[in-house]
Amino acid sequence: MADLVTNFAGIRCPNPFWLASGPPTNSGEQIMRAFDAGWGGAVWKTIGEPIVNVSSRYSSVDWNGQRMMGLNNIELITDRSIDTNLREIAEVKKRYPHHAVVASLMVDSKREVWHDIVQRSEDAGADGLELNFGCPHGMSERGMGSAVGQVPDYACMITGWVKEVARTPVIVKLTPNITDIRLAARAARRGGADALSAINTINSITGIDLDTLTPRPNVGGLSSHGGYCGPAVKPIALHLVQQIASDPEVGIPISGIGGVSGWQEAAEFILLGCTTVQVCTAAMHYGYRIVEDMIDGLGNWMDEKGYRTIEDFRGLSVPKITEWKHLDLNYRIVARINRDTCIGCDLCYIACWDGAHQCIHLDKPAAPPAITVTPVSKPAWLRATGGPTPPARIPRVDEAECVGCNLCWLVCPVENCITMAKIETGRPAESWAQRTNA
Amino acid sequence: MIPRNLERFPDLHPAFDAQSAVVEANRCLYCFDAPCTAACPTHIDVPRFIKKIATGNLRGSAQTILDANILGLSCSRVCPVDVLCEGACVLHRYNKQPIEIGRLQRYAMENAKGVVLAPRAQPANFRVACVGGGPASLSCAAELRRHGASVTVFDNRPLPGGLNTYGVAEYKLRPSDSLREVAMVRAMGVEFRQAAVGEAVSLEQLEREFDFIFIGVGLGAMERLGLPGDHLPGVIDALRFIERYKTQPDFQTGRTVIVIGGGNTAIDAANAAVRLGAENVHLFYRRSEKEMPAFPFEYDHSKVEGVRFHWMAQPVAIVEQDGRAAAVKFLRTRLGHPDSQGRRTPEPIPESVYEVACDMVIPALGQTRLTAMLHLEMDGGGIAVDRPTGRTSNPKYYAGGDCVNGGREVVDAVADGKRAALGMVNPLGTVKNG
Repeated sequence: MADLVTNFAGIRCPNPFWLASGPPTNSGEQIMRAFDAGWGGAVWKTIGEPIVNVSSRYSSVDWNGQRMMGLNNIELITDRSIDTNLREIAEVKKRYPHHAVVASLMVDSKREVWHDIVQRSEDAGADGLELNFGCPHGMSERGMGSAVGQVPDYACMITGWVKEVARTPVIVKLTPNITDIRLAARAARRGGADALSAINTINSITGIDLDTLTPRPNVGGLSSHGGYCGPAVKPIALHLVQQIASDPEVGIPISGIGGVSGWQEAAEFILLGCTTVQVCTAAMHYGYRIVEDMIDGLGNWMDEKGYRTIEDFRGLSVPKITEWKHLDLNYRIVARINRDTCIGCDLCYIACWDGAHQCIHLDKPAAPPAITVTPVSKPAWLRATGGPTPPARIPRVDEAECVGCNLCWLVCPVENCITMAKIETGRPAESWAQRTNA
Repeated sequence: MIPRNLERFPDLHPAFDAQSAVVEANRCLYCFDAPCTAACPTHIDVPRFIKKIATGNLRGSAQTILDANILGLSCSRVCPVDVLCEGACVLHRYNKQPIEIGRLQRYAMENAKGVVLAPRAQPANFRVACVGGGPASLSCAAELRRHGASVTVFDNRPLPGGLNTYGVAEYKLRPSDSLREVAMVRAMGVEFRQAAVGEAVSLEQLEREFDFIFIGVGLGAMERLGLPGDHLPGVIDALRFIERYKTQPDFQTGRTVIVIGGGNTAIDAANAAVRLGAENVHLFYRRSEKEMPAFPFEYDHSKVEGVRFHWMAQPVAIVEQDGRAAAVKFLRTRLGHPDSQGRRTPEPIPESVYEVACDMVIPALGQTRLTAMLHLEMDGGGIAVDRPTGRTSNPKYYAGGDCVNGGREVVDAVADGKRAALGMVNPLGTVKNG
């Protein structure tokens, strides 16, 4: 049986699933319910001098009839007093001593202010500290959040102040709104950070109401850019995590954040080197209960693959990402269409023809229909619904011309109908780097 | 419009709401050169109109539908989609439900606002009389108007729309929806005149006043049984039965109803009798279940409605009691050799007569031809036309719909009407096919 117990930079927890700092971790009452549902840890809604929020605060991108492919927020840090938050941290830790409670912090960029909040958080019982250098909206206008994270020297300096007094692990949360995230990660490391979390939300405007012409979310007829998260951002988050994880100058544990909605995404972040993952949008969409399948699904996958602990597979995909110049130019695949399962939608044909390399053909274009009439006999009706795909609608791949781009395979709606088959070229592997150095 | 019919005949398939329409629209694969479009007699660009529902472009969606089929609303309700677009959906081959094209089309037609059909590029300056106010004529007239021709529709009924107004089962299409379509065609500039051509207006007069005449008169009254007692009170043919319950508030069905015939109209009448309150509805057909011409889904639906089916029974007489129909006498049949269409011919079994009591008999034996007054070449009982252009043996006359095809679906009539309009407009087409 898989063992999901995790040790993140010295913070122990029953599983790697943490709630990210945000609305689901706003209060002790919520976090205790989350722990009851199965979450292994929670990063408290960022604590600092209480702010005033606006309404509305969230907006989303729907896709293909599904809600919230991506979510955007303009909510600031906690609107409750520091004392209230710290008192509740103490309460939660008393009742849930084995779960991870991490205090997310954001205060004015003054050394003594940081010293004070760090000491008070630790006195309350926090297992670790997460420095919010990533929040991209509102707070950044006041010199906090991503305003710190975007300037590596500031990030290094404030991390240093925190480390002067911290007794628990210090996690620096990075913003993706920066040209090269490795510079910020290295700066945090220089400042003494024990771990990193990435990514915070991405600067975004989700859309515009085409009746009022007001972008969303609408606050009295105006809007403001927010932070984007949810399933849509996972590919960006995975890339940035990979950048940090493979950078030899960083080398500290990572808590992966960005579009984790289930166990599969969690496994992906861990395969790219993360020790824990943090979830916010999915919990906002469906509630804390989603963690049940995360734990169950990850455990089942680990059992199937023979991994006993998170460490058994953590980082295994990191070496499988390289620079383009090291890819094998002589590796070749071609598309093959299974004529038995092809349903004749011909999406691969038009995708290849218009969007790729013009090597999928319809050999026998159907004759233009003469006069179509309603069938009246039963055999015709049966043919219409139950018959095999007409041969004229099954496309053919010209393998000699196929460049193996994958597009047809990606658009085919039928599982395993198009496969990409390896072709033996007989040539040894050769990368662009090898070819141009030769 | 009979208010009680709203409750007696609720929609067979409920309309989509906005969210479910978008979800269903997004299920559409957007096939290239889609089979559903090929299967539609009017070739509506189905993936295109569905995609527009998904993007929230309802006006564009409705325009896409109407561009190919001016009766897109009624077709969305009455088309036998299982044997047309939805029957051709590729998802059948992937163990999935086909896209609900009919319901999506209805959603677009009922919810789009500000629909405007652009004029066609090819102008037409001639005048056309469309005889008959049903789907074929409406389609022909609308297409001609888009080319700029001047069109007058002649219909002898108080309300235009033909069978869409008077003859379609109420749970599929209501007269008000049919009349909405008539109003749309009228708004395009088509003139409507209530007049019986051949009586109030002569064909000679039409020939003088108009450059072309489109015959879209449909079929005539239903065939009589031709049996003793078929004129008795209590005997009413299926089309008259349907027309009356749709138009007469006090129309009463019988308590025990016998429907004679195995086609879709027989089933419509039998189902209606159930919903109108008949206690027992029996449908008798002289062949077996297998030979019944009704669509399988219509048959399945009718069984659910509670109609009882009786096979291999040929009526021989209607029995009178107190001056009304009181029973039908049947002979049992057996199936003999296949006829020219491959259906086995029923042969009555001598001495097998039996009697079934009833208080209403609804024969549904198909319709008679209405075209006796025309001096046009006929083809198997229908007006002979060049199918791609609808042109008849007289180059001034075009024809389409049931009077040509012998009685098919609304969508077939729409396709015929459109082709005839294009046949008049497009001289190349007429030369090539004429």
